[in-house]
Amino acid sequence: MFEVPSLSDLNIAATLPVMSLVLGTCILLLADLFVPQERKQLTAWLAVAGLGVSLALSLLSLGDVTRFGDGDEAFAGMFVADTFTDAVNVIALVTALLGVMVAYNYLERTGTQRGEYYVLLLFTTAGVMFMGAAGDLVVVFVALELLSIPLYILSGFRRPQEASEESAMKYFLLGAFASGFLVYGIALIYGATGTTGLHDIWIAVDDIVAGDATSQYLLLIGAGLMLVGLGFKVAAVPFHMWTPDVYQGAPTSVVAYMSVAAKVGGFAALLRVLAAGMPHFVLDAGAPAAWQDTVWLVAVLTMLLGNLVAIVQNDLKRLLAYSSIAHAGYVLLAVAAAGSAGLADESAQAVVIYMMAYAFTNVGAFSVVIAVEKDDASNTGVTSMRGLARSQPWLAAAMALFMLSLTGIPLTAGFVGKWFVFKAAISADLFFAVVVGAVTSLISAYYYLRIVWYMYFEEGDGEAVIPWPLAAAISIAAVGTLFLGVMPYLLTDMAREITLAFGG
Amino acid sequence: MENFFDLVPLVVLFPLIGLLINLFAGKQLGERGVSIVAVGASAMALLVSIVLWLAQVDTGFGAVVVDAPLLGTWIDIPSAGVEIGWQFRVDTLSVTMMLVVTGVGTLIHLYAVGYMHGDEGFPRFFVYMNLFLVFMLVLVSGNNFLMMFVGWEGVGLCSYLLIGFWFDKPGDEGWKNSDAARKAFIVNRIGDFGLILGVLLTFWTFGTLDYYVPDEEPIPYHHAEHEAEPLFTPDITGVDGAESHAVSGPMGVFNQAETWLTEGDHRVEFGTVSIKFEHMLTVITLLFLLGATGKSAQIPLFIWLPDAMAGPTPVSALIHAATMVTAGVYMMVRANVFYHASETTSFVVTMIGATTALVAGFIALGQWDIKRVLAYSTVSQLGFMVTAVGVGAYTAAMFHLVTHACFKALLFLGSGSVIHGLEHGHHHVAHGEHDHDDGFDPQDMRFMGGLRHKMPLTYWTYLVGTLALAGIIPFAGFWSKDEILVDSLKLGLDDGRLDGYLGFGMLLAAAAFTAFYMWRQVSMVFYGEPRHAAAEHAGESAPVMVWPLMGLAFLSAVIGLINVPSGFPVLGWLYGEHQFANWLEESVTYAHGGEFNWLLATIAVALALAAIYVARTIYNDRAITDLERDPLERLSPRLAQAFALSNAKLYWDEVYFAFVVHPYRRAAYTLAERVDWYWWHDFVHERVIYGTFNRVTRLLTDVLDLKIIDRAFLRSAEAVRVAASRIRRIQTGYVRTYALSVLFGALLVTIIILYPVLRDLLGI
Amino acid sequence: MKLNEWIFVGIFMALAWVFPTIPIVLGKLLGPKRPNPSKQDTYECGVETVGPAWVQFRSQYYIFALVFVIFDVELVFLFPFALAFNRLGLFALFEVTIFIALLLVALFYTWRRGVLEWL
Repeated sequence: MFEVPSLSDLNIAATLPVMSLVLGTCILLLADLFVPQERKQLTAWLAVAGLGVSLALSLLSLGDVTRFGDGDEAFAGMFVADTFTDAVNVIALVTALLGVMVAYNYLERTGTQRGEYYVLLLFTTAGVMFMGAAGDLVVVFVALELLSIPLYILSGFRRPQEASEESAMKYFLLGAFASGFLVYGIALIYGATGTTGLHDIWIAVDDIVAGDATSQYLLLIGAGLMLVGLGFKVAAVPFHMWTPDVYQGAPTSVVAYMSVAAKVGGFAALLRVLAAGMPHFVLDAGAPAAWQDTVWLVAVLTMLLGNLVAIVQNDLKRLLAYSSIAHAGYVLLAVAAAGSAGLADESAQAVVIYMMAYAFTNVGAFSVVIAVEKDDASNTGVTSMRGLARSQPWLAAAMALFMLSLTGIPLTAGFVGKWFVFKAAISADLFFAVVVGAVTSLISAYYYLRIVWYMYFEEGDGEAVIPWPLAAAISIAAVGTLFLGVMPYLLTDMAREITLAFGG
Repeated sequence: MENFFDLVPLVVLFPLIGLLINLFAGKQLGERGVSIVAVGASAMALLVSIVLWLAQVDTGFGAVVVDAPLLGTWIDIPSAGVEIGWQFRVDTLSVTMMLVVTGVGTLIHLYAVGYMHGDEGFPRFFVYMNLFLVFMLVLVSGNNFLMMFVGWEGVGLCSYLLIGFWFDKPGDEGWKNSDAARKAFIVNRIGDFGLILGVLLTFWTFGTLDYYVPDEEPIPYHHAEHEAEPLFTPDITGVDGAESHAVSGPMGVFNQAETWLTEGDHRVEFGTVSIKFEHMLTVITLLFLLGATGKSAQIPLFIWLPDAMAGPTPVSALIHAATMVTAGVYMMVRANVFYHASETTSFVVTMIGATTALVAGFIALGQWDIKRVLAYSTVSQLGFMVTAVGVGAYTAAMFHLVTHACFKALLFLGSGSVIHGLEHGHHHVAHGEHDHDDGFDPQDMRFMGGLRHKMPLTYWTYLVGTLALAGIIPFAGFWSKDEILVDSLKLGLDDGRLDGYLGFGMLLAAAAFTAFYMWRQVSMVFYGEPRHAAAEHAGESAPVMVWPLMGLAFLSAVIGLINVPSGFPVLGWLYGEHQFANWLEESVTYAHGGEFNWLLATIAVALALAAIYVARTIYNDRAITDLERDPLERLSPRLAQAFALSNAKLYWDEVYFAFVVHPYRRAAYTLAERVDWYWWHDFVHERVIYGTFNRVTRLLTDVLDLKIIDRAFLRSAEAVRVAASRIRRIQTGYVRTYALSVLFGALLVTIIILYPVLRDLLGI
Repeated sequence: MKLNEWIFVGIFMALAWVFPTIPIVLGKLLGPKRPNPSKQDTYECGVETVGPAWVQFRSQYYIFALVFVIFDVELVFLFPFALAFNRLGLFALFEVTIFIALLLVALFYTWRRGVLEWL
């Protein structure tokens, strides 16, 4: 019956990267109490240190220099430490580092300098990392909350500004609502399989496929509801409604970070649940997984709506919000591809590549918005980019690069991401979805290039505040975007090693 | 000394480091620093080349493939089986080229320090020069055609940059310089197009671009049938045909070609068409030849090289005489297995080379510009080398390449020294008198004369170069030119090949022209009385310029001894017979040593001496009284006509303008105006694409977004729009809407995901 | 599991609605209605109500309450662990240590932020 796990099942060394981050965050939380208000920037440095240590450990593990612990599992299977985990860790940590850099001066000049900012940001990062490492649906849920709750608070960090508080409230209410669906989905999956462990689910699915219809319904609905809960996090249509409002209202430094981090976490968990847990859940022998159609339909909806509505936006943050919805659609396409037999690893690689590219590009784009934003959160309209090319040529060049990358022009990271996503989708015979993806990327050029147009061809004062940490973040993002675009093999070679621990 | 081969990347790296230093710190370093870095980088590369050479000698001329560190595989597509690496090949051929490039290169760098002194573009100049070395060394040291192509394009770029180096000179001169640069670049592109097509076809045919894969030995040449009727008793050493070399495993292109040729009947599948392998080789080699005619300035693409003299003189010496322009010859020698296999191509190559040698030699007779004479002379000499490739004398081609690099660089640098001297003289004069611009041109030989006493060192070294180029025994040119002549005649006699006879005849005439125009030049520049005040006040150049001259003069005098033909008395015994051929044979399958022929050598030298004598009688003792007429013109009307034709470069450029450039311009104009603008832009783009897109987006935004989505989500789209402008007004009521949409979505997802089972359940 | 077996869930659900409804409806129907002021008063543990109930509380009150709830719930996890301590072994001990350590960090934080000090 109940097997008592031994200490070796704990295998805590395998969780070293994320554990070191959690430890670092706790230290930061306590240290912050002793840092006087006028020297709050010290906490940023501590945060960078914590993230840096964790990033170093993750890179060591991803580069196969050392592997921590023995075997893929820790905490008796609750935690999975495979190459996918490492990749998610790296993306999350890089994003978080950039997030700290863009916030460094932004908080100061907008008067929101509070030490908890970095603590919350680090906790969210830990949440993302746990989601990527989830070996159990309960961990998925707990990690999702660890990811979400600090984000709710961060969204409202600019209190007492109403827009910020409002976005936090909205995000929180809707987020809680969506979490409900997730838990309901977990419950149904538990009902169908009798377990919440993904490995056990993977084993149980075979019986269910061969077995009776009732369990199949339960598992189907369970998977569907998990898609709802996680789809909300990644801002997939039709669970996207919160995104524009929250992105517009929340402090821009938070948005820059969360637009990537929440997506990384959400997609990592989706892959864990769908691609690793139940890729072989088919209703007819030889057919792709039963959840595949739903996922790609959602992907198609997301790509269409995100890109089309973005065209009429006049606020940069709102525009980028719809753009981030659209990008969720592209990644969902890769997730859908995982439903075809033998494609789980390939689609996981595609997701990793896409998210890495997206991390650099999107954080970069939001950083530019931060640079032009005024202290009172105004001046984020598209027109604020006017004349930027003349007054801030480097900033404008970087923004143009990010826009090109978001569009998916070759020699930028965005192209590489789209390439691998489409490749995976084509391998899975999702031709219609790929056509929609290609056409919508074309459409997206319209609104991305509009920004470039404003910067280069319209007159304006183009004021921008670029303190050095922000400049560094933009430079890193730009270099990353360009680097991945020009030399994608550095990333893709590494990505080729990425596998999900079981399944596939 | 095996390990020394791993040093080969350094040969590229040193100039690269040099150029980076000068690029980023050039302004701070000052002229002195820049010179030290640039010359040092080149000298270090030379040192590495010498080490490689010693290592080669020490290890018995083995060929080694060295992977470039850190770079890894360049193009790696496992699914298509494509793997092209950054690999260097150290064999006797590539080391020869490295030694020439870095050796001559170092001397010319040193010279340029003096020549470019005071130029505001001093650091830029040396950055380009080092960049050139980088690409040239990549070209010669790569182990596959693609690396060669990279180098090929790179040196083309450097050539462009350096020809147009003085693009900012005031007035027409700047335009002339940049026009020359553009001309060179565009003409070269035509050749490059042929080369890349050839490379692609090579890849199609062989599935790889590697010359030889690592640890692969070239399949040696079976000479048996060629030795059947020895008229000249060909002395072919090294290999006896008995050995059969069965090669297994992956093969580079050359061994693959050799294997297929031996087996016979191999066909290349080209989609639905299948082509005989031999024919394929002909196509490939002809395309390569097109590349070579561009880079090595052969007919029909030679027109860029004379104009390229607009660049600074050290550039002319290094790039447009000694190294870059020989890339085509190097490439064909590298692909000697291909060229040897295709008789058709060999014929075309011979004819092109010989014609070029003759035509360019003729044009050189009638030029006034000191550098233009040398430029046409270079084209002519390159014609000699190409002819040598055509007649299968690969050793002779490489040998002439080496000797020519020395004496032509010497002549160019000498001319640079003369120009420099004249400019200083003119400067001196102009200072005294202030006004009077009489159309003085420091490169025009009519303004020179009598410089023998003003610039003695330049004169003596120049004389050595002239004798070497004219092919007077024992200077370098004699040995190499003689070997080409012998080999081409031998091809005619031994194999009864027409191209052998034709090539021999034309080259002999070209050799006579060579001696004539060179002596004409020497006479006009150094003998007689100064014809202009500037020449009168000219002085010897700085030591830093003269030393390289002396170094090159020494080489020009003695380097021929590396390949003394067999059968030559005393010297052969002293220095060994055709050492260079033995050395080259290790990597060039079809290389063979030359045979000395008393009769031919005597005829050639006599012809050259006679030409010199004629030139001396015409030019030496007659003062050039007016600036318009050459002494030659005054001899007889017929000669005057011939001179006019030569002076006008056979109207070659004019013909191109009338038949190529002008029609092309008209076509381009039509395309741009009619097709692109009226049809494509106005109609297709503006009306069809843009108009439709506009309408569709309007439809999507107005109808789909505002109307349909609006209603579906309880007018939430309107809320979105209101929110865009008035975020503060949003109330919790809207959250309810959002929550409803999430619920709606959840329902949708559940229905969709259950659709298959529901369908079964309901029996639809 | 057949679909029919799940019908019980539906039945239970219906019963769950029905059972509370019946007494409420019965109470409405059967109970006598004789209201007086003290009956209509807000229930506050027998203490007399002062002022309206719709007043603002210090937010510290909520935070304090939240902290209490957190540490209360902690017990739910620790209690089964304590009961099965002998059988669970080092694995569980380790996990519980991490758990408690995290809570201690939180407690220390709230303490330093002054949440625990009542005005």
